[in-house]
Amino acid sequence: MVIATLSLIGFFVALYLLLWKVGVLGSLACGTGGCEMVQTSKYAEFFGLPVALYGMLGYLALLVVSLLGLQPRWVMHRWPTLGLTVLAALGVAFTAYLTYLEAAVIHAWCQWCLVSAGIIVAILVAAVVGLRALGHTPSVQ
Amino acid sequence: MAGPVNLKPFYVGLGVVAVAGIAAIWWAKEGGSEARAVDPVPVSAGSFAGYVLGSDSAPVEIVEYADFECGGCAYFAILTGPDVKNRLVSTGRVRWRFRDFPLPQHRNAPAAHLAAACAGEQGRFWEMHDHIFFNQGAWVSDNRPARRFRDYARALGLDLDQYEACMDQQRYAARIQASKDEGVALGVNSTPSFIIGDILIPAALSYDSLVKLVERAERAK
Repeated sequence: MVIATLSLIGFFVALYLLLWKVGVLGSLACGTGGCEMVQTSKYAEFFGLPVALYGMLGYLALLVVSLLGLQPRWVMHRWPTLGLTVLAALGVAFTAYLTYLEAAVIHAWCQWCLVSAGIIVAILVAAVVGLRALGHTPSVQ
Repeated sequence: MAGPVNLKPFYVGLGVVAVAGIAAIWWAKEGGSEARAVDPVPVSAGSFAGYVLGSDSAPVEIVEYADFECGGCAYFAILTGPDVKNRLVSTGRVRWRFRDFPLPQHRNAPAAHLAAACAGEQGRFWEMHDHIFFNQGAWVSDNRPARRFRDYARALGLDLDQYEACMDQQRYAARIQASKDEGVALGVNSTPSFIIGDILIPAALSYDSLVKLVERAERAK
């Protein structure tokens, strides 16, 4: 439940950044101007697509898997939590790379990106805790 | 063993989060989140009031507070600036005023603003403005950005001796700082920020958003 809620919040953060990037939103609520600097840098795109799009799709995948994992038929299965852990770990790795770029290359901080970084780390922690908890209870493989 | 968990309250909570998220994005799209009313700040008669494009008789003035090293400012200058000049300023609808607002975290911004001011001394501010923004990626990480700005000055055909003397003396540093101080007094704390009529918008605007605010200012006349 925690992961689903965090994923939904993360989805909206990424959607907000994506809508600004593609020009639907005229402004970003970002006190220092760092969001615009980061979002307009060449690093805001990955393989030709906005980084925020990957974030949005990632959070959507986490939301779907977490909701599936809550269903009675799968709640005792290990695969949803394992899937969440793998997805979140990929998200944290990608976020770490982007945060490094903000600190060392772009020299600007995008607050919304940092909010997303906090969310994905919290999701990974929750997934790992869930995985460990499942490890101590009889489960269906 | 515990019975099945009732997920209904959770789904309701998730629905509330979804509705809040959609509402927040809708609110942001309508532009209400950032704009706020601004009170006029007295400017002393002798102080420099910025670089102006357009007619004195234009009914609406837009004041831009910008930092040459700010990515959002460059983004605006490159993508939206041409539309603003061709469709709003050249048509006499808007007068554009550029104010310096170098941010402290941008190490090359002071030199960039000085270079633009020194080009302005020779009547070429706007050309240097465009060179600096359009080539931001080339100098933003340069440890000696003054070399780049000197190249732009040469490309513009400036009197290089005069330009270099201006840069060496930091002739306009106080004026740039004064511009920033006036912005701070108005509530500017990020770049780009725009004042359109009596509204301060602390964010890069799309052309369409800008036009809506110009229309609003026109109606308020």
